[in-house]
Amino acid sequence: MRNEKRRLAIIASQGSLDWAYPPFILASTAAAMSWEVAVFFTFYGLTLLKKKITAKVSPSANPAMPMKMPFGPQGFQRIDWPMPNFLTANLPGFDHAATALMRQTFKKKGVATIEELRTLSLAAGARLISCQMTAEVFGFKHEDFIDGVEKGGAATFLEFAAEADVSLFI
Amino acid sequence: MSDTAFDQELDCRGLLCPLPILKAKQAVDGMAAGQVLRMLATDPGSVSDMQAWTRQTGHELLGHQEGDGVHTYYIRKS
Repeated sequence: MRNEKRRLAIIASQGSLDWAYPPFILASTAAAMSWEVAVFFTFYGLTLLKKKITAKVSPSANPAMPMKMPFGPQGFQRIDWPMPNFLTANLPGFDHAATALMRQTFKKKGVATIEELRTLSLAAGARLISCQMTAEVFGFKHEDFIDGVEKGGAATFLEFAAEADVSLFI
Repeated sequence: MSDTAFDQELDCRGLLCPLPILKAKQAVDGMAAGQVLRMLATDPGSVSDMQAWTRQTGHELLGHQEGDGVHTYYIRKS
Protein backbone atom coordinates (compact mmCIF):
# COMPACT_ATOMS: atom_id res chain seq x y z
CA MET A 1 0.00 0.00 0.00
CA ARG A 2 1.29 3.45 -0.87
CA ASN A 3 1.23 6.23 1.66
CA GLU A 4 -0.02 8.73 -0.86
CA LYS A 5 -3.60 8.16 -1.99
CA ARG A 6 -4.18 6.84 -5.46
CA ARG A 7 -6.46 8.83 -7.67
CA LEU A 8 -9.11 7.94 -10.27
CA ALA A 9 -10.50 10.44 -12.77
CA ILE A 10 -13.43 9.50 -15.01
CA ILE A 11 -15.38 11.31 -17.68
CA ALA A 12 -18.87 9.80 -17.96
CA SER A 13 -20.32 10.86 -21.30
CA GLN A 14 -23.04 8.25 -21.91
CA GLY A 15 -26.48 8.04 -20.37
CA SER A 16 -27.84 4.63 -21.32
CA LEU A 17 -28.33 1.93 -18.69
CA ASP A 18 -25.47 -0.26 -19.92
CA TRP A 19 -23.01 2.64 -20.12
CA ALA A 20 -24.13 3.97 -16.74
CA TYR A 21 -22.64 1.01 -14.90
CA PRO A 22 -18.88 1.26 -15.58
CA PRO A 23 -18.34 4.77 -14.16
CA PHE A 24 -20.33 4.05 -10.99
CA ILE A 25 -18.85 0.58 -10.46
CA LEU A 26 -15.31 1.93 -10.77
CA ALA A 27 -15.97 5.11 -8.78
CA SER A 28 -17.60 3.28 -5.87
CA THR A 29 -14.93 0.56 -5.80
CA ALA A 30 -12.03 2.99 -6.01
CA ALA A 31 -13.58 5.06 -3.23
CA ALA A 32 -13.99 1.86 -1.19
CA MET A 33 -10.23 1.32 -1.69
CA SER A 34 -9.63 4.77 -0.20
CA TRP A 35 -8.69 6.29 -3.56
CA GLU A 36 -9.53 9.89 -4.36
CA VAL A 37 -12.23 9.81 -7.01
CA ALA A 38 -13.83 12.38 -9.28
CA VAL A 39 -16.33 11.64 -12.03
CA PHE A 40 -17.06 14.40 -14.50
CA PHE A 41 -20.53 13.96 -16.06
CA THR A 42 -20.91 15.50 -19.46
CA PHE A 43 -23.32 15.30 -22.39
CA TYR A 44 -25.67 12.29 -21.96
CA GLY A 45 -23.79 11.23 -18.86
CA LEU A 46 -25.26 14.25 -17.11
CA THR A 47 -28.66 12.53 -16.99
CA LEU A 48 -27.16 10.02 -14.53
CA LEU A 49 -27.01 12.76 -11.90
CA LYS A 50 -30.75 13.44 -12.03
CA LYS A 51 -32.77 12.55 -8.95
CA LYS A 52 -34.67 9.95 -10.92
CA ILE A 53 -32.55 7.97 -13.36
CA THR A 54 -34.49 7.00 -16.48
CA ALA A 55 -31.59 5.34 -18.32
CA LYS A 56 -32.65 2.82 -20.96
CA VAL A 57 -30.83 0.27 -23.03
CA SER A 58 -31.20 -0.09 -26.79
CA PRO A 59 -30.85 -3.55 -28.37
CA SER A 60 -30.89 -2.06 -31.87
CA ALA A 61 -27.85 0.08 -31.03
CA ASN A 62 -26.12 -2.95 -29.44
CA PRO A 63 -26.61 -5.90 -31.80
CA ALA A 64 -24.38 -8.19 -29.68
CA MET A 65 -26.62 -7.82 -26.63
CA PRO A 66 -27.77 -11.24 -25.36
CA MET A 67 -31.56 -11.24 -25.12
CA LYS A 68 -32.56 -13.47 -22.23
CA MET A 69 -35.61 -13.83 -20.06
CA PRO A 70 -35.20 -13.28 -16.31
CA PHE A 71 -37.99 -15.73 -15.38
CA GLY A 72 -39.09 -19.29 -16.04
CA PRO A 73 -37.12 -22.57 -15.80
CA GLN A 74 -33.31 -22.48 -16.02
CA GLY A 75 -33.29 -23.88 -19.57
CA PHE A 76 -35.70 -21.18 -20.70
CA GLN A 77 -33.62 -18.46 -19.00
CA ARG A 78 -30.49 -19.64 -20.82
CA ILE A 79 -32.02 -19.23 -24.28
CA ASP A 80 -30.42 -16.37 -26.17
CA TRP A 81 -33.39 -15.12 -28.20
CA PRO A 82 -32.48 -14.18 -31.75
CA MET A 83 -33.63 -10.60 -32.35
CA PRO A 84 -33.35 -9.36 -35.91
CA ASN A 85 -32.32 -5.72 -36.11
CA PHE A 86 -35.37 -4.69 -38.14
CA LEU A 87 -37.46 -5.89 -35.23
CA THR A 88 -35.50 -4.28 -32.39
CA ALA A 89 -35.25 -1.01 -34.29
CA ASN A 90 -38.85 -0.74 -35.44
CA LEU A 91 -41.04 -2.42 -32.88
CA PRO A 92 -42.57 0.33 -30.72
CA GLY A 93 -41.67 -0.06 -27.07
CA PHE A 94 -38.90 -2.58 -27.68
CA ASP A 95 -36.24 -0.52 -25.87
CA HIS A 96 -38.62 -0.09 -22.97
CA ALA A 97 -39.20 -3.85 -22.75
CA ALA A 98 -35.48 -4.63 -23.09
CA THR A 99 -34.70 -2.10 -20.34
CA ALA A 100 -37.25 -3.68 -18.01
CA LEU A 101 -35.81 -7.13 -18.72
CA MET A 102 -32.23 -5.99 -18.11
CA ARG A 103 -33.14 -4.27 -14.84
CA GLN A 104 -35.02 -7.37 -13.68
CA THR A 105 -32.17 -9.72 -14.67
CA PHE A 106 -29.59 -7.54 -12.90
CA LYS A 107 -31.69 -7.43 -9.75
CA LYS A 108 -32.19 -11.19 -9.78
CA LYS A 109 -28.48 -11.85 -10.28
CA GLY A 110 -27.50 -9.64 -7.34
CA VAL A 111 -26.20 -6.62 -9.25
CA ALA A 112 -26.56 -3.24 -7.58
CA THR A 113 -28.81 -0.61 -9.15
CA ILE A 114 -27.24 2.53 -10.61
CA GLU A 115 -28.92 4.52 -7.84
CA GLU A 116 -27.32 2.31 -5.15
CA LEU A 117 -23.85 2.59 -6.69
CA ARG A 118 -24.28 6.35 -7.00
CA THR A 119 -25.26 6.67 -3.33
CA LEU A 120 -22.37 4.44 -2.25
CA SER A 121 -19.91 6.42 -4.41
CA LEU A 122 -20.93 9.68 -2.76
CA ALA A 123 -20.96 8.14 0.71
CA ALA A 124 -17.41 6.84 0.18
CA GLY A 125 -16.23 10.31 -0.76
CA ALA A 126 -16.25 10.28 -4.56
CA ARG A 127 -16.76 13.70 -6.14
CA LEU A 128 -19.51 13.82 -8.76
CA ILE A 129 -19.11 16.86 -10.99
CA SER A 130 -21.74 18.12 -13.43
CA CYS A 131 -20.55 19.73 -16.63
CA GLN A 132 -22.00 23.22 -16.37
CA MET A 133 -21.83 23.81 -20.12
CA THR A 134 -23.89 20.70 -20.92
CA ALA A 135 -26.35 21.55 -18.14
CA GLU A 136 -26.95 24.96 -19.77
CA VAL A 137 -27.31 23.43 -23.24
CA PHE A 138 -29.74 20.71 -22.13
CA GLY A 139 -31.61 23.09 -19.82
CA PHE A 140 -30.88 21.10 -16.65
CA LYS A 141 -31.03 23.00 -13.36
CA HIS A 142 -28.71 22.16 -10.48
CA GLU A 143 -31.82 21.34 -8.41
CA ASP A 144 -32.59 18.55 -10.91
CA PHE A 145 -29.52 16.71 -9.64
CA ILE A 146 -29.09 14.73 -6.42
CA ASP A 147 -27.53 16.47 -3.42
CA GLY A 148 -23.76 16.49 -3.26
CA VAL A 149 -23.13 17.15 -6.95
CA GLU A 150 -20.52 19.82 -7.72
CA LYS A 151 -20.57 22.15 -10.71
CA GLY A 152 -17.49 22.34 -12.90
CA GLY A 153 -15.92 22.62 -16.29
CA ALA A 154 -13.01 21.29 -18.33
CA ALA A 155 -10.38 23.03 -16.21
CA THR A 156 -11.83 21.52 -13.01
CA PHE A 157 -11.55 18.02 -14.46
CA LEU A 158 -8.10 18.52 -15.98
CA GLU A 159 -6.62 19.87 -12.78
CA PHE A 160 -7.83 16.78 -10.91
CA ALA A 161 -6.89 14.36 -13.72
CA ALA A 162 -3.39 15.80 -14.04
CA GLU A 163 -2.51 14.12 -10.74
CA ALA A 164 -4.52 10.94 -11.38
CA ASP A 165 -3.12 7.41 -11.49
CA VAL A 166 -6.02 6.22 -13.63
CA SER A 167 -7.97 8.39 -16.10
CA LEU A 168 -10.84 7.03 -18.13
CA PHE A 169 -13.20 8.39 -20.74
CA ILE A 170 -16.41 6.37 -20.73
CA MET B 1 -9.23 -21.53 9.42
CA SER B 2 -12.90 -22.25 10.08
CA ASP B 3 -12.31 -21.85 13.83
CA THR B 4 -10.73 -18.42 13.39
CA ALA B 5 -12.24 -15.96 15.85
CA PHE B 6 -14.03 -12.97 14.39
CA ASP B 7 -15.77 -9.87 15.71
CA GLN B 8 -18.30 -9.27 12.98
CA GLU B 9 -19.87 -11.20 10.15
CA LEU B 10 -21.01 -10.02 6.73
CA ASP B 11 -23.14 -12.08 4.36
CA CYS B 12 -22.58 -11.14 0.71
CA ARG B 13 -23.91 -14.39 -0.73
CA GLY B 14 -25.85 -13.80 -3.94
CA LEU B 15 -24.28 -10.40 -4.60
CA LEU B 16 -22.14 -9.57 -7.60
CA CYS B 17 -19.30 -7.11 -8.20
CA PRO B 18 -18.78 -4.54 -6.82
CA LEU B 19 -21.27 -5.05 -3.95
CA PRO B 20 -19.17 -7.51 -1.86
CA ILE B 21 -16.29 -5.01 -1.84
CA LEU B 22 -18.54 -2.02 -1.12
CA LYS B 23 -20.27 -3.84 1.72
CA ALA B 24 -16.94 -5.05 3.13
CA LYS B 25 -15.73 -1.45 3.15
CA GLN B 26 -18.86 -0.31 5.02
CA ALA B 27 -18.53 -3.13 7.55
CA VAL B 28 -14.85 -2.46 8.17
CA ASP B 29 -15.54 1.28 8.55
CA GLY B 30 -17.73 0.46 11.54
CA MET B 31 -15.10 -1.71 13.23
CA ALA B 32 -12.11 -0.92 15.42
CA ALA B 33 -8.52 -1.44 14.26
CA GLY B 34 -7.38 -5.02 14.84
CA GLN B 35 -10.90 -6.47 14.77
CA VAL B 36 -11.65 -9.31 12.38
CA LEU B 37 -14.46 -9.47 9.83
CA ARG B 38 -15.74 -12.78 8.54
CA MET B 39 -17.32 -12.40 5.14
CA LEU B 40 -19.26 -14.88 3.02
CA ALA B 41 -19.57 -14.46 -0.74
CA THR B 42 -20.64 -16.52 -3.73
CA ASP B 43 -19.22 -14.23 -6.43
CA PRO B 44 -16.23 -16.12 -7.92
CA GLY B 45 -14.72 -12.74 -8.86
CA SER B 46 -14.53 -11.86 -5.18
CA VAL B 47 -11.41 -14.05 -4.76
CA SER B 48 -9.23 -11.75 -6.81
CA ASP B 49 -11.12 -8.61 -5.74
CA MET B 50 -10.76 -9.23 -2.00
CA GLN B 51 -7.01 -9.68 -2.45
CA ALA B 52 -6.75 -6.44 -4.42
CA TRP B 53 -9.00 -4.54 -2.02
CA THR B 54 -7.04 -5.59 1.08
CA ARG B 55 -3.73 -4.77 -0.64
CA GLN B 56 -5.04 -1.34 -1.58
CA THR B 57 -6.53 -0.51 1.80
CA GLY B 58 -3.89 -2.09 4.01
CA HIS B 59 -6.35 -4.39 5.78
CA GLU B 60 -4.99 -7.89 6.27
CA LEU B 61 -6.57 -10.85 4.49
CA LEU B 62 -5.98 -13.48 7.17
CA GLY B 63 -7.45 -16.29 5.19
CA HIS B 64 -9.81 -17.51 2.52
CA GLN B 65 -11.56 -20.83 2.11
CA GLU B 66 -14.09 -22.17 -0.36
CA GLY B 67 -16.72 -24.85 -0.02
CA ASP B 68 -19.94 -25.57 -1.91
CA GLY B 69 -19.48 -22.39 -3.94
CA VAL B 70 -19.27 -20.19 -0.85
CA HIS B 71 -16.10 -18.21 -0.22
CA THR B 72 -15.27 -17.30 3.36
CA TYR B 73 -12.85 -14.48 4.03
CA TYR B 74 -11.27 -13.30 7.26
CA ILE B 75 -10.11 -9.70 7.19
CA ARG B 76 -8.32 -7.87 9.99
CA LYS B 77 -8.89 -4.12 9.98
CA SER B 78 -5.66 -2.11 9.83
